[in-house]
Amino acid sequence: MQALTSRAKPVDRRPMSLLERAYLPAIFKGMSITFGHMFKKAPTIRYPEQTRPFSPVFRGLHILNRDEQGRENCTACGLCAVACPAEAITMEAAERKAGEENLYREEKYAAKYEINMLRCIFCGLCEEACPKDAIYLSETFAPANFQRKGFIYSKDDLLIPNPVTEPEAYAKAKGGRVAVK
Amino acid sequence: MNVIQILFLFLSAVALGGAIMVVASKNPVHSILYLIITFFAISGHYILLNAQFLAIVNVIVYAGAIMVLFLFVVMLMNLNAESAPPQKNKYILYGGTIAGASLMLVLVSALKQTTQGNHRMLVNSGAGGLIENLGKVLFTDYVFPFEISSVLFLSAMIGAVVISKKEA
Amino acid sequence: MLLTIDLGLIIEKLVLIIVVVMSSLVIAMYATYAERKVAAVMQDRIGPNRAGPFGLFQPLADGLKLFFKEEIIPNFSSKFLFILGPSLAMLTAMMTSAVIPWGDTITLFGREIHLQIADINIGILYVFGVVSMGVYGIMIGAWASNNKFSLMGGLRAASQIISYELAMGIALIALLMVTGTLSLKAMVVGQMDGIWNVIKQPLGFVIFIICVFAECNRTPFDLAEAENELIGGYHTEYSSMKLGFYLFAEYINMFVSSAVMVSLFFGGYDIPFLNDAHAVETYGQNWMAVWHIIMFLGKSFFFVYFFMWVRWTIPRFRYDQLMNLGWKKLLPLALINMLVTGAVILYFTTK
Repeated sequence: MQALTSRAKPVDRRPMSLLERAYLPAIFKGMSITFGHMFKKAPTIRYPEQTRPFSPVFRGLHILNRDEQGRENCTACGLCAVACPAEAITMEAAERKAGEENLYREEKYAAKYEINMLRCIFCGLCEEACPKDAIYLSETFAPANFQRKGFIYSKDDLLIPNPVTEPEAYAKAKGGRVAVK
Repeated sequence: MNVIQILFLFLSAVALGGAIMVVASKNPVHSILYLIITFFAISGHYILLNAQFLAIVNVIVYAGAIMVLFLFVVMLMNLNAESAPPQKNKYILYGGTIAGASLMLVLVSALKQTTQGNHRMLVNSGAGGLIENLGKVLFTDYVFPFEISSVLFLSAMIGAVVISKKEA
Repeated sequence: MLLTIDLGLIIEKLVLIIVVVMSSLVIAMYATYAERKVAAVMQDRIGPNRAGPFGLFQPLADGLKLFFKEEIIPNFSSKFLFILGPSLAMLTAMMTSAVIPWGDTITLFGREIHLQIADINIGILYVFGVVSMGVYGIMIGAWASNNKFSLMGGLRAASQIISYELAMGIALIALLMVTGTLSLKAMVVGQMDGIWNVIKQPLGFVIFIICVFAECNRTPFDLAEAENELIGGYHTEYSSMKLGFYLFAEYINMFVSSAVMVSLFFGGYDIPFLNDAHAVETYGQNWMAVWHIIMFLGKSFFFVYFFMWVRWTIPRFRYDQLMNLGWKKLLPLALINMLVTGAVILYFTTK
């Protein structure tokens, strides 16, 4: 039979020599190995104080985007909901009234926009499907919760802070990722 | 009454009480624990006699090793009041009482004939029990009985090995 | 006057006992911390580091946790014996420290104080006696638990301790033949400014240290608490501080047996390559005693570390391997060692 791996070693079934049977050399060998490990650096990352940097392609919690004037990008076209393989996104559209031009960029907007984070698989297909650059996956995790309904994120949870009124919060939510236009 | 007498009385009370409880207690495991207490009290007596070596050997060999084996057997067999064979024959009870009383009688009469003065114990003095003297005496004056007893032990050990190798 | 003993002596000994007991408790406490740290470092981890700086308050937190845990006594257990078990384990662990010479004498308040609780002339036999008593703490607790796993753990512990006591005793007899005394203090004095006993009795030392591992129920001989076979072993049914006593007793045993090993084989409080008599003249007796204690503790801590080092290196033996090693390897080796030592001593003394 052909060997499955080139590293396979035949088992040595020769009777042990006296030195091997005395055990002590093997024990000292093992102890020198553990002693050597005392001087190795622990690869531990002390989590709350230290964090690992996210990969640039990390896909975390969703955010709903605004333009530079703080208007919501989303037009409730439903393409993200269609693209979603886990069917985590639901939305209801509404028509923009007169005087709401500073809130919504186009005539139609999402009155209700919900993502179920328990269903979401963070594949990023919604981000790809969106023609309006309205939805992005950010660099954060969905935090733990005690109840299922806590994982259904509404529009208030998802919307990015307004860049005009709260510029610092906006910059923070945007994160260090370079915007791809 | 000095300290040594108080200690003597205390240890004697513990030894006798423990010995009675060995017989009286229902649970065999408790009996063994009382027996261990008795051994400790006897070791205390040895120390009062300045026989430290005997005292500690008593603790190591009897209380430490032999009683552990006793405990082993009792624990493994799970002996208790239910598993004990029912004592139907009450003549055995009478016989036992009579035999015990006779033994007591013999002991009392034997002790009465001894002159007390010669056998007063050397309390906390005399070096007979110290290890140097004991070793010297064992290997000079009593070397023959000592070696005989070692042969006895050897034969007992070989016997144990033979019994355990029966099936082979 | 009933007691005609010097009152100062009683106070002196009481203080010494309290100091020794308290410090061995504290050392055992921090041995648990050290064990976790050593394990962590050997496995490239960090170990406890949250409670206090470097996690130094971790033992306190652990102790508090054990105290506040619910105390469970099984219904079908013999209650008195169930409590007696851990108490005995703790007691026997502490009692051994009575004969260990922690240092030479110091002079305080015009009294010469020996840094040893009791210098009895059968010191090493006393250690043996107490160790053989240590079995009862485990066995009684195991039996009183009324649990088959506990009982099996207890039986394993007892048979292991009895088996290895023999080889240990015979290895020590060879040492006694070399030193000619049973008192630990006299043994240490004999090694001062001389050759340590480990050089005179290397095989005896190897046998002794292996047996000490077995007596302490430490890995690789921790079959009494083999988790994958016996749940928790003899302390399966124990909870709260009673469990803590069992675990604690193990660490006290470890420290005390390290101390015994140091005084038997590694010169006790002797400072190597230093003429003690000369140093006492230059530095004064009390300072020298302090250095002696530090030296003694340092050597003991090395062995405590050694215990941990071995624990995190060597896997557990199988039960038949354990018995084979004890009866078929160590015991004959110890006998041969004794015979050879006797022959050598006879050759040199009759020449």
